[in-house]
Amino acid sequence: MAISSNIWQSCHFSASDITPVDVYQNRRQLLRGLAAGATGLALTSWAQREALAQASGNSPLSGKPTTLAGGQTMEKSTAYKDATTYNNFYEFGTDKADPARRAHTLKTDPWSVEIEGLVKKPGRYHLEDLLKWSAMEERIYRLRCVEGWSMVIPWVGYSLADLIRRVEPQPGAKYVEFITQADEKTMPGVRSGSLEWPYVEGLRMDEAMHPLSLLAFGMYGEVMPKQNGAPVRLVVPWKYGFKSAKSLVKIRFVDKQPVSSWTRAAQQEYGFYSNVNPTVDHPRWSQATERRIGEDGLLAKKRKTLMFNGYEAQVGQLYAGMDLKKFF
Amino acid sequence: MLSRARQFLLTRAAWWWVLCVGLLPLLGLVVLTVQDGLGANPAEYLIRATGDWTLRGLCLGLAITPLRVQLGWPELARYRRMLGLLTYLYACLHLACYVLFDMGLDLQEIVLDVLKRPFIWLGVSAWLLLSVMAATSFNRAVRWLGGARWQALHRVVYAVAVLAVLHFWWMRAAKSNFNEVLVYAAILGALLAWRLQRAWQRRRLRAAKPTSEV
Repeated sequence: MAISSNIWQSCHFSASDITPVDVYQNRRQLLRGLAAGATGLALTSWAQREALAQASGNSPLSGKPTTLAGGQTMEKSTAYKDATTYNNFYEFGTDKADPARRAHTLKTDPWSVEIEGLVKKPGRYHLEDLLKWSAMEERIYRLRCVEGWSMVIPWVGYSLADLIRRVEPQPGAKYVEFITQADEKTMPGVRSGSLEWPYVEGLRMDEAMHPLSLLAFGMYGEVMPKQNGAPVRLVVPWKYGFKSAKSLVKIRFVDKQPVSSWTRAAQQEYGFYSNVNPTVDHPRWSQATERRIGEDGLLAKKRKTLMFNGYEAQVGQLYAGMDLKKFF
Repeated sequence: MLSRARQFLLTRAAWWWVLCVGLLPLLGLVVLTVQDGLGANPAEYLIRATGDWTLRGLCLGLAITPLRVQLGWPELARYRRMLGLLTYLYACLHLACYVLFDMGLDLQEIVLDVLKRPFIWLGVSAWLLLSVMAATSFNRAVRWLGGARWQALHRVVYAVAVLAVLHFWWMRAAKSNFNEVLVYAAILGALLAWRLQRAWQRRRLRAAKPTSEV
């Protein structure tokens, strides 16, 4: 499988798609140069993206480029503007433009995450502490939405496994449940009943411990924008986007498989695993293809969706022997 | 004042004016497409916008007769065909956007998708019914069919309204977000209810005075 994914990568990218690391690492300097009026430099799309990121008013948050296998796709990152204006975050409304318009009301300071359940070190941990629990890494992941579109996002955070090891789960802990912020006062979507609140997601312990499962505090070199799930969210790149719960307030270690919000809403459509899988269709539409936001032009054919969103080499063994049509 | 408005409705200029207003949404979409102003997912934007305008067109087209009767403004009748054809134009664009931008003109994909998603064949059947109406919208078609038969045929627009709302409802069911669907359902429901009530009233009148029909 590693071979096939390499073939796929080699035939989809040209060297020009990749920003040289030294240029990338010196991007702020370069931007300053651009801002100072240095002429003759083409404003590349990522420079524009960075400029936009800086204009957002969010503080910078950088991470060392990860060395983890699969942790840095070579694909072109989605434009910052698209990644921050086209969001599913139902707590702020069901239209994809709603979060960018309304999430400014979200209060992220102070913020704490409660760790509870079958764990040796339960407690309420402040965001400032969580930020220091491990070294920040930049990971460039594909994001595939269950609705049939995808993006490529440079996240900043560390492996969820680092947090889990620190709080020491008890042997009985088989699953991890993620509970997110649900504040009627600041989140207009919570007042309307599109889903049951708070939004709940879950992972099997081995999925949660997989190094690719990311606890993200930022993206595009800055603190997480509110519409993207500030101040801390989950990113599980081989699963449909809704599994990556935003604005986490509670992480609970449990012995039984949690029921996630979408499973509760439509059991036959959204299973617990919700792994990206082009061969298992959603009951109402095909999952074989996807549209890459900002990349595939209006008349371009949609691209093929990859098994486990292209992370099969890394996570395939987690599901060895499982009937993925049954455990969708 | 009102009589002047009614007088204006009878002019050639008013006819052109209404046509231009009806084409404004299309112009807006063309401008946005050219200027790259359709947001992160242009295909989705175009499919949804053309669908929205088809629904709005249906509401406006079906409002003509109730308004004409209730207000006593027969001048409105000459706009019914234009609104119907404009609605058909947006329905065609909606279908074209789906076929081109969502399916990439892949016939096999389209067949599979229609089988997979019943809400799509609801939309397709609504479009087919509208096509029949558009094809028989000319004066000569009315003469050829005869007034009564033509009218009976064009009553399929009520089925189109029901299909269109169901199509939209089914699409939105994914997000259990029915606010907009309910608005269209309420408007179209009221317009159909008005017709039912009138048909019922007529029947009662006929039953009461069987000799009046000569």
